[in-house]
Amino acid sequence: MLYRETGQFKTSYQSDQALFTITQDRFLVGAILAVAVFLIPFGINDYWSKSILLPFLVFALISLGLNILVGYCGQISLGTGGFMAVGAYSCYKIMTSFPELNLIVVIVLAGLCAAGVGVLFGLPSLRIKGFYLAVATLAAQFFLVWMFNKVPWFYNYEMSQITAPPREVFGVLVTSAEASPAAQYLFMLGFVIVFTWIAMNLVRGRVGRSWMAIRDRDIAAELMGVRPLQTKLTAFAVSSFYVGMGGALVFTIWLGTVEVTETFDILQSSFFVLFAIIIGGLGSILGSFLGAAFMTLMPVVLKVLLVDVVGVIPVTAKHIEFILVGSLIIIFLINEPHGMARMWGIAKEKMRLWPFPY
Amino acid sequence: MDFLYELLVQPFADMIFEPLFFIETVVKGLMAGVLYSLVALGFVLIFKASGVFNFAQGTMALFAALTLTGLMEKLDLGMPHWMLVILCLALTVVVMIVLAVVVERFVLRPLVNQELIILFMATLGLSYVLEGVGDLAWGSDVKVLDLGLPEGVWDIGGVFVEQLDVIAAVAAGGMVAVLAVFFSKTRIGRALRAVADDHQAALSVGISLQQIWVIVWSVAGLVALVAGVMWGSKSGVQFSLSLIALKALPVLILGGFTSIPGAIIGGLIIGVGEKVAEVFWYHIHGGAVENWFAYMLALVFLMFRPQGLFGDKIIERV
Amino acid sequence: MKFRTMAIAAASAAAMVAGAGFATVAAAYEYTVPNLVYRTGPYAPNGIPLANGFIDYMNMLNERDGGIDGVKVNVIECETGYNTKVSVECYENLKNEGESGALIFNPHSTGVTYALIPKATADEIPILSMGYGRTSAADGTVFPYIFNFPATYWSQASVFVKYVGAKEGGMDNLKGKKIALVYHNSAYGKEPIKTLEVLAEKYGFELMLLPVDHPGQEQKATWLQVRRGKPDWVFMWGWGVMNQVAIKEAAAIRFPMDHFIGVWWSGSENDVAPAGDAADGYLAGTMHAPGRDFGAIKDIITHVYDKGNGGGDLDRVGEVLYNRGMLEAIFTAQAIRNAVKIHGTKEINGKQLRDGLEVLTVTEESLSADGLSNFMKPFKVTCEDHEGAGLIAIQQWNAKDQKWVLVSDWIEPMTDIVRGLVKEDAGAFAKENNITPRSCS
Repeated sequence: MLYRETGQFKTSYQSDQALFTITQDRFLVGAILAVAVFLIPFGINDYWSKSILLPFLVFALISLGLNILVGYCGQISLGTGGFMAVGAYSCYKIMTSFPELNLIVVIVLAGLCAAGVGVLFGLPSLRIKGFYLAVATLAAQFFLVWMFNKVPWFYNYEMSQITAPPREVFGVLVTSAEASPAAQYLFMLGFVIVFTWIAMNLVRGRVGRSWMAIRDRDIAAELMGVRPLQTKLTAFAVSSFYVGMGGALVFTIWLGTVEVTETFDILQSSFFVLFAIIIGGLGSILGSFLGAAFMTLMPVVLKVLLVDVVGVIPVTAKHIEFILVGSLIIIFLINEPHGMARMWGIAKEKMRLWPFPY
Repeated sequence: MDFLYELLVQPFADMIFEPLFFIETVVKGLMAGVLYSLVALGFVLIFKASGVFNFAQGTMALFAALTLTGLMEKLDLGMPHWMLVILCLALTVVVMIVLAVVVERFVLRPLVNQELIILFMATLGLSYVLEGVGDLAWGSDVKVLDLGLPEGVWDIGGVFVEQLDVIAAVAAGGMVAVLAVFFSKTRIGRALRAVADDHQAALSVGISLQQIWVIVWSVAGLVALVAGVMWGSKSGVQFSLSLIALKALPVLILGGFTSIPGAIIGGLIIGVGEKVAEVFWYHIHGGAVENWFAYMLALVFLMFRPQGLFGDKIIERV
Repeated sequence: MKFRTMAIAAASAAAMVAGAGFATVAAAYEYTVPNLVYRTGPYAPNGIPLANGFIDYMNMLNERDGGIDGVKVNVIECETGYNTKVSVECYENLKNEGESGALIFNPHSTGVTYALIPKATADEIPILSMGYGRTSAADGTVFPYIFNFPATYWSQASVFVKYVGAKEGGMDNLKGKKIALVYHNSAYGKEPIKTLEVLAEKYGFELMLLPVDHPGQEQKATWLQVRRGKPDWVFMWGWGVMNQVAIKEAAAIRFPMDHFIGVWWSGSENDVAPAGDAADGYLAGTMHAPGRDFGAIKDIITHVYDKGNGGGDLDRVGEVLYNRGMLEAIFTAQAIRNAVKIHGTKEINGKQLRDGLEVLTVTEESLSADGLSNFMKPFKVTCEDHEGAGLIAIQQWNAKDQKWVLVSDWIEPMTDIVRGLVKEDAGAFAKENNITPRSCS
């Protein structure tokens, strides 16, 4: 009833190839975008920006990147933190070497640097598969973190903790602590919207289809003429590009400063993002967003519930939070191994029938 | 030129001209390798029998060691120390078996037949739960683990060998021997191997998968206890113990996920490799390379043998 | 059905979050003092005593004196697990808490301090990173809201060199000696390198750098290097599990413990306990005395622990890190008193507290008034100098009695050298971030 596709006919090739073919979808996405762009910036404050919206957006972008690699191309990577670090440090290097350069360009360039490194560490994927590859990508994680700590050139011979210098985009300050939360939020949102749009088109085009062919059965795909070398490496490149931009945004917009050992730690970045995409849904754009929302918001919600509402002392709350987060993850995996994106699919199905489910 | 000299000539010259020091480096590397193997062993056992890449192995080691020290504090009611140790060890073993039952019932059974990565993530969730429970039950302080194991150093012709390391090596050796006998001579062991070979075939001849899983996770729990005790004696029992899993992963891919001798030999190779690289090539990299060097070593190795040293050959069909 | 219950649960959770965000109870004016603590996670063993010392002292003030000058202190702990992201969330959540707003933040982590420096400066909330964080924040003209008194890592490194010089029979004897620095491979661990390099050049000793990667469970290779290089002294900038393992490994190569000096974050009861008797004689820097023989601690025991309100176990009161947490609280309390005096109102905010911190003066009289005779040495914070150049002592672990003992005099840092380095680094930071240093006269 609420969500009915019947009667919506596609009468041109253009409408058949639209990103959102169903009116309700278009309406929903439009409404969300309208709220995100026109409403939220007026109500935003530091807390909502720094603790909730910015981490959600940046991890959505990173999850999208990892989902391209893991969900669409089937190559498990645990090197996300390392690629984020490449993005952050190359962003710092470019920012300080060319102070005049527009920040948007800088972040895209940082993403490209990460893409290059990603291709390099993606090379073993041609020989190694599955968990062997997953563990092998940890080499990237540990090596890159070590390198940014060790080689002083990357942090301009100062302390290895880098701080983002203030930069303006279109005359509005977006980095450093003086930047308004609305400006930072909109800057981040712009990136997320544009690159989500690109990703949506990528995964349904030729490139995306060849990724999925490799994922589903690599040898069969090869027999059909999909070249594993190019396909896997483009997946690594595109994925690292997104992840690297995410790292650059973490550094410039969200935290404003980065300590490589801690911020890009394996548990807090690599596993965190992997969790996000698995809970959200492998091989789903929507899933990347849902998973990122779940992983960034759940600890905050649990903390507020336990500490402020129930009144548990913070340390016990943290322990309980650990147990709850772990159990929730397991429960999720048991009940819906295909993630929240699948739950949304089921919900849509229900809405189609509502209010007469039988 | 200097760089090439430091890369290609000097380290080898050092090895030749400081033979005693080289031997000591290798010995320490072997000892460290044994400790890595202890952790890797738990991974292999579970992977072999249930196809689960159990990331919680490190946390299980922490959990076991926490339980052991916690019990020793609580039950210290004046009995002789050796009795206390044995009692608490026994109780910890019971706890680990209960844990195995719980894991099988509430995590593995509902997730049977899922994809490997889902199972892997579930064990990550499990490690969160275990960390939370362990902290909640026993507190987050550093706990000193005193089992009365000998401390100190033997000086063998100028080469220092830590007694604790020797104990760890003996324990690891003993454990592998026991496991080998267990796997080849007992009924349950043969059932385990059958399950490892083919789940469905094993089921069809009447082997209970669930029972096997409980046994395997219990054994892995025991291995975790030994690893936790050995690592915990060194650093005190504390949260960071859960991170030893990360040291075991390169061992695992080097040795192969499914091979027990692989875990041991892989551990030794990684241990020696990273120590020698860290010490003799110090002038090239400036130190602290151990973490990534182990992974790089394993990665380079995998390029030539994608299934690891002793892993099952990967045969692919379309 | 399942979906509906989940939707309802999610909606109610969201509503509760929103409600909790806005529900602030109007009560009498209090000094809101948030504390970013970590009683969980890899560094919890160090975080627990630090947090307990802080909250116990403030509770003691509330019990004994009814707060500071009659206004209660409200300590709000936020559990970070030593995680920068969570700490940022805590900071944003707590900065507008209470009527006064957050008066001061103690980040308790180098990474978090760095992350909060620009933010807190913009929000005009002072940060007290007592003996850690960014060393060059000692320059008050560039970092108006950041305080790292009574002494920084660089001062401490210079004190270690002075101590070694004294033990070797004069600074001239340092020539040709070899000192190894075993450090946590992170921004924190690398802090002293520059100072030590400058000093190495000045006094002609050789510096050997040995990084240990996080977390530092496995250090055999590092100590093999020590065994091979045979340094005369080893300094350590370690944290968490790295400390315990390092002490144990040092013992395993029979390195003399009384030639092994840890930074003050590597010198607590936790760090030496696992090594047992082997740790006997290990040295560490400190800014205050260990132990319980101080009026302030006796007051804490009578007013807090005897009433059953203690933050932790009674027998852990007086540990090194406990005393350090208490010291943070003492400085905070004194700064509040100063600010109240300067601004003539009891209802101060963070900006006004900053003024109180900038005139913080610790004298023998103020120490004995706080019940801290012989606890530390006097120092003075000024607008330009947020470090105060306090004196640093060396303490030694006595494994038999299970306690730390001060074994050196209070040593003055090489202020001339350290100040120069601070100016240089702060100047570079100001330039990169377009900050015009304020004038202090």
